[in-house]
Amino acid sequence: MTALLDHKLLFVTGKGGVGKTTVASALALFASQQGKRVLICEVDAKGDVSGFYEAPPTSFAEREILPGLFAMTMDTEASLREYLKLQLRIPVVGRIGPLAKAFDFVATAAPGVREILTVGKFCYEVRERTYDLVVVDAPASGHIISQLAAPQAINDLVKVGLIRSQTDWMLEILSDPDTTGLIAVCTPEEMPVTETIELAGRIREETTVELSAVVVNRVLPELFGQHEEAVFDALSGAGPTDDLAELVGGDPRPVLEAARLAVTMRRTRTTHLERLRRGIDAQVPMLYLPYLFTRLHGLRTTRQVAASLGEELGY
Amino acid sequence: MATSSRLGPVRAGQEAPTGTLDGLLAAKEIVIACGPGGVGKTTTAASAGVMAAVHHGGKVLVLTVDPAKRLATALGLEGIGNTERRVPADAFRSSGVRPRGELWVAMLDTKQSWDDLIRRHAPDKQTRDEILANPLYDNISGRFVASHDYIAMERLYEIHSEGDYDLIVVDTPPTRNALDFLDAPQRLADFFSSRLLRWLIVPYRSRLVNVATKPFYQVADRILGTQFLADISEFFILFQSMYAGFVERAEAVKRLLSDRRTTFMVVSTLEGVPLREAEFFAEELTSRDLHLGAMVLNKVLPSYLQGAEAARVAEALKERADELAAAMSPVLASVDGPLGDPDQIRRVLTEVADSFLNFRVVARREAEEQTHLGASPEVVATVPFFDTDIFDLAGLVRLGQQIWT
Repeated sequence: MTALLDHKLLFVTGKGGVGKTTVASALALFASQQGKRVLICEVDAKGDVSGFYEAPPTSFAEREILPGLFAMTMDTEASLREYLKLQLRIPVVGRIGPLAKAFDFVATAAPGVREILTVGKFCYEVRERTYDLVVVDAPASGHIISQLAAPQAINDLVKVGLIRSQTDWMLEILSDPDTTGLIAVCTPEEMPVTETIELAGRIREETTVELSAVVVNRVLPELFGQHEEAVFDALSGAGPTDDLAELVGGDPRPVLEAARLAVTMRRTRTTHLERLRRGIDAQVPMLYLPYLFTRLHGLRTTRQVAASLGEELGY
Repeated sequence: MATSSRLGPVRAGQEAPTGTLDGLLAAKEIVIACGPGGVGKTTTAASAGVMAAVHHGGKVLVLTVDPAKRLATALGLEGIGNTERRVPADAFRSSGVRPRGELWVAMLDTKQSWDDLIRRHAPDKQTRDEILANPLYDNISGRFVASHDYIAMERLYEIHSEGDYDLIVVDTPPTRNALDFLDAPQRLADFFSSRLLRWLIVPYRSRLVNVATKPFYQVADRILGTQFLADISEFFILFQSMYAGFVERAEAVKRLLSDRRTTFMVVSTLEGVPLREAEFFAEELTSRDLHLGAMVLNKVLPSYLQGAEAARVAEALKERADELAAAMSPVLASVDGPLGDPDQIRRVLTEVADSFLNFRVVARREAEEQTHLGASPEVVATVPFFDTDIFDLAGLVRLGQQIWT
């Protein structure tokens, strides 16, 4: 398989709440730290990406927010305007409003139309070679399929017309595993693991895009080896705990209880991790990111995650 | 197994809301659980429904969207589609409670719900069949994301208007934007009453293109191709025959959402991003005069992590690990010889202390978040971190007990 960062276009998806945007932001940051010219694009327009870089809100126009790292927010109307101008050379720039609204209606009935403006923008950036890598903070698991399948869907629905002629080159970019890849982000919990396995299956069956990696986020540290756990169990016994209390001059029970919680949490999660590994094609690499015991989210966190990602990728 | 309940959830020093979920659910007919993805919304909704069936009696329906497989199995939801099904009273035995009322469950099947809707509103058999066979309809009903939002509310209205249940607890679909499903009825009504839609349809109806619309068609034709445009128009013409029914229905759904008998339960965790989203949602509910009944905060770390004495002990375990290990060595050796290895005891003490201090950072951040919660529902309930997944009725009852009073 092509090394992850040698792709030109990477979609990052995952169930809500697993840290999809964190991983996308960190991946883009890490790639830029490796000297690549990177574009990160937020599709959902929640404005989270700018928060992860402590940058002002982003818009459709790309802006360099850190050296070599550009950010933008997807906006289908702006994308339509750009598309008409650059691709179809239709001069309607001045009066886009009614057309965009009408387009909205069409897009409601034929979902591929809206999605293709989104995917098309990324493919365009790849084709023009403006960036070494485009990282997409893509919609959550459920929606990514329709987005990636859009060019094919349009091909099936629209028999003629300019749009039809546009989908071929997009499909070429999306279908090339050396160019385009999808990263599924997951946490070691029941629902995220189940959805990730389902997603992997649907990606294979319904799209032409390759699953390039699974990122497992928030992996808890292993506290003890087997022998150490026996020591811990003995320490937690009533007698030794009382002795320890006397030695440190305070009750150690909450501290021991917290460690017990950490051990049990880790154990439950390990079973989900094993299920994930079994459910995903053995060729697909898994990258493990540690649970971050940090105070806040923001660039500090993004840098930490980027560093962990770099280690996992072998840099 | 719950993390020992005597340790309890974090309770921060906010002005405590006075209500309980018990009281809230007793007074309402519809509870809509909403909030960001991945916070345990489905489980919380199911749990609230179970508790109402157990304590209040009557017929309680949990209408869910996408439950975890094991939860679906436990509730007998597998493969039942839109059919409402009663959870047998026997199923409660393992949870140690005897429900006073009946618990019913149903899953939302978007495609089937749309088909039912078409059957109900189509003016005649031919229109109905043409719509059901239209490829664009297939797209709109099966894949179009916003259609899930609408259909969930539509199903709720349908079930409520049949008057079979005392309480309906609805789990909302995960939406990109938490507001989508609130706006869905209105958007649908707007959609079918739009002037632009008529623009789109007119030329294929009358074959007359006036001066105003001509530029639009030239562009649209060029982009989409005439055939595709014609397909779309045909679809909309068919749909227009149901316009009045749809708009009326959407209005009724909207009224039901703002009815006094309906309340909203926002579910979140205390993590930054989901919590911001939940707060934003709560604000929106309030600004739309919808009833923000409860906020349920899931996966809250135990309060003992915040204790000052425990933190001092953890620091001491770390700093004096060598000395403490030496002192504890004979104690542990007396339990079992090999356990007395001072090196290993030192490592264990350091790990234990580090782990506590790590989790403490997160617990304190979360407590701070809860103190400054930017929402004022009648009920705020916290659920401690369960260290295993909830996948049966016993688990739902256990969770329910945390939020009930």
